Amino acid sequence: MSAVFVILWKDLLSEFRTKEMVLSMLVFSLMVAVIFNFSFPPGSEFIQQAAPGILWMTLVFASLLGMNRSFVYEVDKGCMQGLMLAPVNRTAIYLSKLLVNFIFITIVELVVLPLFSVFFKLEVLHVAGQLALIMFLGTLGFTIIGTLFSAISVNTKTREVMLPILHFPVSIPIIICSVQATTAVLQEQGWQVLWGWCKLIVVFDIIFLIVAYFTFEFIIEE
Amino acid sequence: MDNKSSSPWVRILVVATLITMLVDLYLIFEFAPTERAMGHVQRIFYFHVPSAWVAFLAFFIVFIGSVGYLWKRDRKYDMIAHSAAEIGVLFATLVMITGPIWGRPVWNTWWEWSPRLTLFLVLWFIYIAYMMLRSFVEGEERSARFAAVFGIVGFVDVPIVHLSIRLWRDIHPSPVIAGGDGSGLHPDMKITFFFSLFTFTLLFFWLLVQRLRLEKSTVATSELKKQIAY
Amino acid sequence: MSDSIASGSQTAAIKVHGLSKTFGNQFALRKIDFELPPGEFLTIFGPNGAGKTTLIRILSTLTHASSGEVEMGGIVPSKEPDKIRRQIGVIGHQTYLYENLTAEENLKFYGRLYGVTDLDQKIATIIASVGLRLRRRDCVRTFSRGMQQRLAIARALLHEPTILLLDEPYTGLDQHAAEMLSGWLRELRSSQRTTLMVTHDLERGIDLADRIAILKKGRIVFYEKRENVDRSNFKQTYYKLVGDEQNTA
Repeated sequence: MSAVFVILWKDLLSEFRTKEMVLSMLVFSLMVAVIFNFSFPPGSEFIQQAAPGILWMTLVFASLLGMNRSFVYEVDKGCMQGLMLAPVNRTAIYLSKLLVNFIFITIVELVVLPLFSVFFKLEVLHVAGQLALIMFLGTLGFTIIGTLFSAISVNTKTREVMLPILHFPVSIPIIICSVQATTAVLQEQGWQVLWGWCKLIVVFDIIFLIVAYFTFEFIIEE
Repeated sequence: MDNKSSSPWVRILVVATLITMLVDLYLIFEFAPTERAMGHVQRIFYFHVPSAWVAFLAFFIVFIGSVGYLWKRDRKYDMIAHSAAEIGVLFATLVMITGPIWGRPVWNTWWEWSPRLTLFLVLWFIYIAYMMLRSFVEGEERSARFAAVFGIVGFVDVPIVHLSIRLWRDIHPSPVIAGGDGSGLHPDMKITFFFSLFTFTLLFFWLLVQRLRLEKSTVATSELKKQIAY
Repeated sequence: MSDSIASGSQTAAIKVHGLSKTFGNQFALRKIDFELPPGEFLTIFGPNGAGKTTLIRILSTLTHASSGEVEMGGIVPSKEPDKIRRQIGVIGHQTYLYENLTAEENLKFYGRLYGVTDLDQKIATIIASVGLRLRRRDCVRTFSRGMQQRLAIARALLHEPTILLLDEPYTGLDQHAAEMLSGWLRELRSSQRTTLMVTHDLERGIDLADRIAILKKGRIVFYEKRENVDRSNFKQTYYKLVGDEQNTA
């Protein structure tokens, strides 16, 4: 069995037992979505226009919270060294953590998105497929960056603060494109616009994945 | 660490920087004609754009130093990257200070979400994060390694940020901004502008050399301390 | 393991030649040379900062040497890291265990990473032999430090390494657990497994060793076969050699 799936299995098993990451991300993102609602006057039309931006900010905030945890267990009991001692390709560690984070965040999104559309009175059912595509690409993008940086931030003095500080400026392009693509879908600007943004996210995802793939090794070696 | 006070090249660099800076000041304030529409405030252009160029140059050198460090594991490359990042942040800050000073009378607003200004704001955040990362990681070797990775990712991000901001602004066009750089400049303005670019580049290298020497003596003293205390 | 001491003709299990490691301008290890024949137990003593952990980290492929050569069982670690990783078992002061997984799951995880065959059966055997059979379905988080260390030993031995590297394995163990660990290491020693342990625990270190070395400021200042070492005044020898360190450190 490939090392990627062995590590993935271990992380899923551990999460299944504690439910730490998924639950905290879920509760957090629902709270943020609700609090954003209070920042608009009741019954405001503007809230629908701002919804894509709020949705993505909520998801990014919540995932940073979760991704912060993804290397904590590896570092706190020295398990990272245990992994490094095993005959395992270093990039397999990155890929498995990327998959783990992506799976957890997707689970959260599957719950948050329907509730979000109810809170913000959005009609999403007829565009569910397009939204799913954007969610997939955008989430993959900031998870690629977040997984790389969480391996850095877990080794810093101010773990929780460091990840957002590293992550936000670098992931701005992904966030811009995802928000614009979501807007394009919700305001029915047509396939052309949507496809333009999605293409861009795909390119960014690939570039970031390549960079992460080659630099991750340098983060975890000592 | 080598302890030579300053090589002849450094001295030449210092003198050349000082002279060109004086000449540049003359060119900017005496030689270049006053722009008709904007008036004297337009002269800040000769500081604003070269600062932006130097910031880009500095961040490029951060990238080169980062790749060099991960490749060769030589402390020297890390010092270059670190020094260049500090100078880059300084000049990016200058860009964002001179931008609004120029923009206020011309566009009648302190801050305009123009693609260039926004790009610089994001760049500024990236390299501020770079500096923070350096200070929050324990251990010199580890801090150098992490910073190198971030220096590479950050620089690869620059064109990506640029592209996405451009497209974002295209969708929501801002009011047409007067006074594009470089378009239809008076020949004397062009001379002044390019001389300014040259001056700022010299200034950058002079600062880089000074910052590197400072870094080297910091390292040397900390190592002496270790040797004595050990 | 008695007549394999003669170095040269016999291939040594661990061969280290001119090994140096620098951090900046600082030396952690300076041109270390030693050979350890197969099946022997080498204990390396040294005060904090002598370079003990750095040595273990280089041998276990966690870090690269700045210069010099290492060969283990005929393999050069820097050239074939994955091949040597299969041969090495490491017990450190950290357990490398996941607290939210059970004892069995932890072993299963590491066993799969190493590609161990007949995994379930081997786990059953090894878990019984470290005396954790009844607790095998419990999360490691509920284990005492001593039990965790026993599981860590099982984890390190699961893939049947031929070389065992021990980095201060007594750290954090109480008297009882430490004695158990010693008993364990003694048992392992008789099974023709080459072992290298670094520690500053003089008593326990001598008990187990076939060879004894002292590391000081990145240099090996003492290297002897156990039978040539007078146990009663080894302590004096040690303090004389590392001496001044103890006062300042």
